Amino acid sequence: MGLIARAIEEAGVPTLTLTSALSITRSVNPPRAAFLDYPLGRTAGPPHAPAIQRRILLDALTGFETITEPGGFIELDHAWSANDDWKEAVMRPQGARAESGNLDALEDDRTARLDVPQYQTEEDRRLAQTNGGASGCPTCVFLD
Amino acid sequence: MTLKRPPIDYIERTRSQYSALGYPIYRWIQNEAPSTFVPPQKPLSESRVGLIASGGIYVTGQVAFHFSDDISYREIGTDVPTEDLRVTHFAYDLTDARSDPNVVFPIDTLRSFVREGEIGSLSQNAYTFMGGIYSARKVKEILAPELTRRVIEDQVDLVLLVPV
Repeated sequence: MGLIARAIEEAGVPTLTLTSALSITRSVNPPRAAFLDYPLGRTAGPPHAPAIQRRILLDALTGFETITEPGGFIELDHAWSANDDWKEAVMRPQGARAESGNLDALEDDRTARLDVPQYQTEEDRRLAQTNGGASGCPTCVFLD
Repeated sequence: MTLKRPPIDYIERTRSQYSALGYPIYRWIQNEAPSTFVPPQKPLSESRVGLIASGGIYVTGQVAFHFSDDISYREIGTDVPTEDLRVTHFAYDLTDARSDPNVVFPIDTLRSFVREGEIGSLSQNAYTFMGGIYSARKVKEILAPELTRRVIEDQVDLVLLVPV
């Protein structure tokens, strides 16, 4: 996403990138960023908590006014939980097996990279197909 | 007692995961050079704001994203009913996003900001794609210029980007 932020800013439009992956965002180095130290998948706040979502986004948007140099960051002062123990297990699903030294037991448990649409529900699939699929979706833009 | 840990180093964890699986190291983009920097021309309360999100959000009736380096994007009207939003992605826990899409696509929050005068207006369209695109070259050469073209055409004053 940082690459897109850089391209848009280069075309003259100010951008701000929310992020929960500080290391990646620092590496890609977008013009402005606001860091929320949350598990991935909740970049804009916790679910069903409109007041907290509102506070987080409002704090983030102040970055448009307070960041004055490219690569500037603000850290959002909102914690995901009372302690940070959740950070230990992230992307370490085989940690126990790896530590046991049994590398043969390692399996790639990441989601298969299927090249057909992955609908949230069967109803979505049916609806999209009824509409005519890719050719019946003017708001679906395929760039390949 | 609260134990505060530093932010997760996802680059290091991707490297360990790939190497444990016997894959070559993934080369994340590294931009040492600072980006262009354009100061906002208007206060937030007068600005038209654009939204781009990469959490794999689509609207029921649209074609969903696939999981194999999909560089397509969806145009979503910012007046979309929240209950019509769907989420699909291969790389993160979708539980919260499916239960409340605002966590990756803060549309209700932004609409409330318009009502309350925090921001001037929302662009007519938001744009979504599915991040985790392996080829940085495709993002740079194809997707980024296209989304840039769209937001310029939409005459937005500012763009908020929400990755996952």
